[in-house]
Amino acid sequence: MPAALQITAAAPDPALLDLPWHIPLAEWPEDILAALPRGISRHVVRFVRMSGRVIAIKEIGESVAHREYGLLRSLQRLDVPAVEPVGVITGRTSRDGEPLDSVLITKHLRFSLPYRALFSRYLAPDMVTRLIDALAVLLVRLHLTGFYWGDVSLSNTLFRRDAGAFSAYLVDAETGDLHPELTRGQREYDLEIARVNIIGELMDLEAGGLLQDVEDTVEIGGMLVQRYTELWKELTEAEEFSADERWRVSARIQRLNQLGFDVGELQMTTDVDGTTVQIQPKVVDAGHHHRRLMRLTGLDVQENQARRLLNDMDTYRVATDRLGEDEEIVAHDWLTEVFEPTIASIPPNLRRKLEPAEAFHEILEHRWYLAEKAGHDIPTSEAVAAYVNNVLPNRPDEEAILELDTATLRAISGDLDDDEE
Amino acid sequence: MASVTYDHATRLYPGSETPAVDSLNLEIADGEFLVLVGPSGCGKSTSLRMLAGLEDVNSGRILIGDRDVTDVQPKDRDIAMVFQNYALYPHMTVADNMGFALKIAGTPKAEIRQRVEEAAKILDLTQYLDRKPKALSGGQRQRVAMGRAIVRQPQVFLMDEPLSNLDAKLRVQTRTQIASLQRRLGVTTVYVTHDQTEALTMGDRIAVLKDGLLQQVGTPREMYDTPANVFVAGFIGSPAMNIGSFKVADGKANLGETHIPLSRTTLDALTEDDKGEITLGFRPESLDVTSEGTEGAFPVNVNLVEELGSDAFVYGQLASAEAAEHITSGAGESQIIVRVDPRNTPMKGDRVWVKIREGEQHHFSPATGNRLPN
Repeated sequence: MPAALQITAAAPDPALLDLPWHIPLAEWPEDILAALPRGISRHVVRFVRMSGRVIAIKEIGESVAHREYGLLRSLQRLDVPAVEPVGVITGRTSRDGEPLDSVLITKHLRFSLPYRALFSRYLAPDMVTRLIDALAVLLVRLHLTGFYWGDVSLSNTLFRRDAGAFSAYLVDAETGDLHPELTRGQREYDLEIARVNIIGELMDLEAGGLLQDVEDTVEIGGMLVQRYTELWKELTEAEEFSADERWRVSARIQRLNQLGFDVGELQMTTDVDGTTVQIQPKVVDAGHHHRRLMRLTGLDVQENQARRLLNDMDTYRVATDRLGEDEEIVAHDWLTEVFEPTIASIPPNLRRKLEPAEAFHEILEHRWYLAEKAGHDIPTSEAVAAYVNNVLPNRPDEEAILELDTATLRAISGDLDDDEE
Repeated sequence: MASVTYDHATRLYPGSETPAVDSLNLEIADGEFLVLVGPSGCGKSTSLRMLAGLEDVNSGRILIGDRDVTDVQPKDRDIAMVFQNYALYPHMTVADNMGFALKIAGTPKAEIRQRVEEAAKILDLTQYLDRKPKALSGGQRQRVAMGRAIVRQPQVFLMDEPLSNLDAKLRVQTRTQIASLQRRLGVTTVYVTHDQTEALTMGDRIAVLKDGLLQQVGTPREMYDTPANVFVAGFIGSPAMNIGSFKVADGKANLGETHIPLSRTTLDALTEDDKGEITLGFRPESLDVTSEGTEGAFPVNVNLVEELGSDAFVYGQLASAEAAEHITSGAGESQIIVRVDPRNTPMKGDRVWVKIREGEQHHFSPATGNRLPN
């Protein structure tokens, strides 16, 4: 091991030292790789199992590696959904003293799905719309924190199931920049890049015969722009009304809550004679339902999953006639009487299929489906059994789909991997 | 195609008191390759992003051709940021990879094909048009990415440090390719770099910025031969110019045992604010090795000799320690660099006598930093 190897990490794992840093990443022995990654990328990327988890290693230049590491750390602090950085390793040399590129290491996001995997395996109606929605939310959240992405695309995003929908995570921050605040030009340009990239990616799937349910790829790109614009407007625009319509203040806050955002700061101004009021959200935080569920139960799940679980909790509260009781106490009972037994009844060998919260969501869906078929209510225990026996075993494991994005070839690449597909 | 005009363009970031770009005036001619260069934080990238529409222009205006684009959104400015995104799609042919943005814009098929073919010809990609990108080499893929920008036929190409992620060898290759491609296409191009060698080798003209202020704009030759101020003098050129602060007495610039005659014009241009001093600059190649006793010659102690085959450079120090402190160069404080005959190099520890070749010194006012006449 060369003496000059430098590891920059917030919490360095000594197991990092055991990896063969003196070998170019492209030549790492297969037995240490988590899966044989496919695809051609601008950089060489490999997945490796380490200390019971999977890490992603990307070979890039030293300054770029440090820059991206710093950006990902900042995004983490800002609580934006992005892959979690582990560290940067520089000063690599081969056995015969040839310098090797630095690497950026990130944690593999469990239960995350690259968009290509979603298209090539699990086609569901409306999939594209849901992915686009998730990406629009992510882009709005990034822009609210002042992050200019510079290369928004489906390939630079990972998706996690979120109660039938998806939530999106940023994976590649290489072209990004964090500003105190974005200009309109920066936002619109980022959105334009996103539009063109998404259409290009979908056209590529189309050319490969992998795209179904989509008639017009250009329209899908336009949909992102539309969703983004609507959300941005709702989250940031000033609204004016007459002073006797003050209910509109709480209506606005409720609308934002429904979109999954909390209002941290609302600016309210009146005109001189007090006849009109203007309100404008100044600080909004995503994760309204997520935070509420976290506070009540300690469960850390996606936004829509949280919404789903909270709904079930409310149903439980009504069904058990405990509307007058403290929400915290009811939540605790719901957790021990409903949620935990349901999850516990999934056999261990099927637990790699789906995240617990997503499985719970699917069980609720399945219960509704069974009830509709039977024409009467079905007890949860019965629904769980039916779901575990009939549905879950047919699902693929999603804990770690270790494919690299194969949608894009990068134009600038030193050596080419020819193992695409 | 079009010219680009910065007219007192200013960018002041919210919460900041000094502008990141301060009243920039710059005219870029139609078809010109202009390089914005300067140290980090000088405002070069901000200037480019103002032209792209990514940064607000707080005062002044920016024109593309005769059109004021100050408040026009980026996508409507008819510019292309090259290398912004170089993803190629594996299932699409090279032609489709180049033309898909036109398809999105609703350009008729026949016109797309025609524009793609034209671009492919320039880029030497004609025979690959119907293949998949997988069949291409790294360099060819890179050209496909460029082709994507070219088929859009924008008025202006913008490039922000496009080579910074490449290794040294590929950087030099790509540098040449971009420069020659730009000349063939004749599209107005604004290129940002922190690397003055890149600037000198690529640009028709170079604009040097520092602290948000334009220092000088000119051809590489002008920047090198007649730097407008001390900053430009020290920034342009590699190895960098030697710059020293000298006392003026008896019509000469004096530093220790060094006495360099000054012209009447130079002396007359000095003011009271200069406090009897003058800043002298002389490039390593403007020094001749001579013998002790020659008028204007001064002694240099050799610390290091760098042999580059065609050239050799002496890194040293003025022999008088007190005087040495007043000289700086690209090699650092108290350092002086001399180009010497590579077939006749001194040894480390030697003392050589050098003299500035007549007329090759640069004079600057210590008070303003500005160039004084020779």
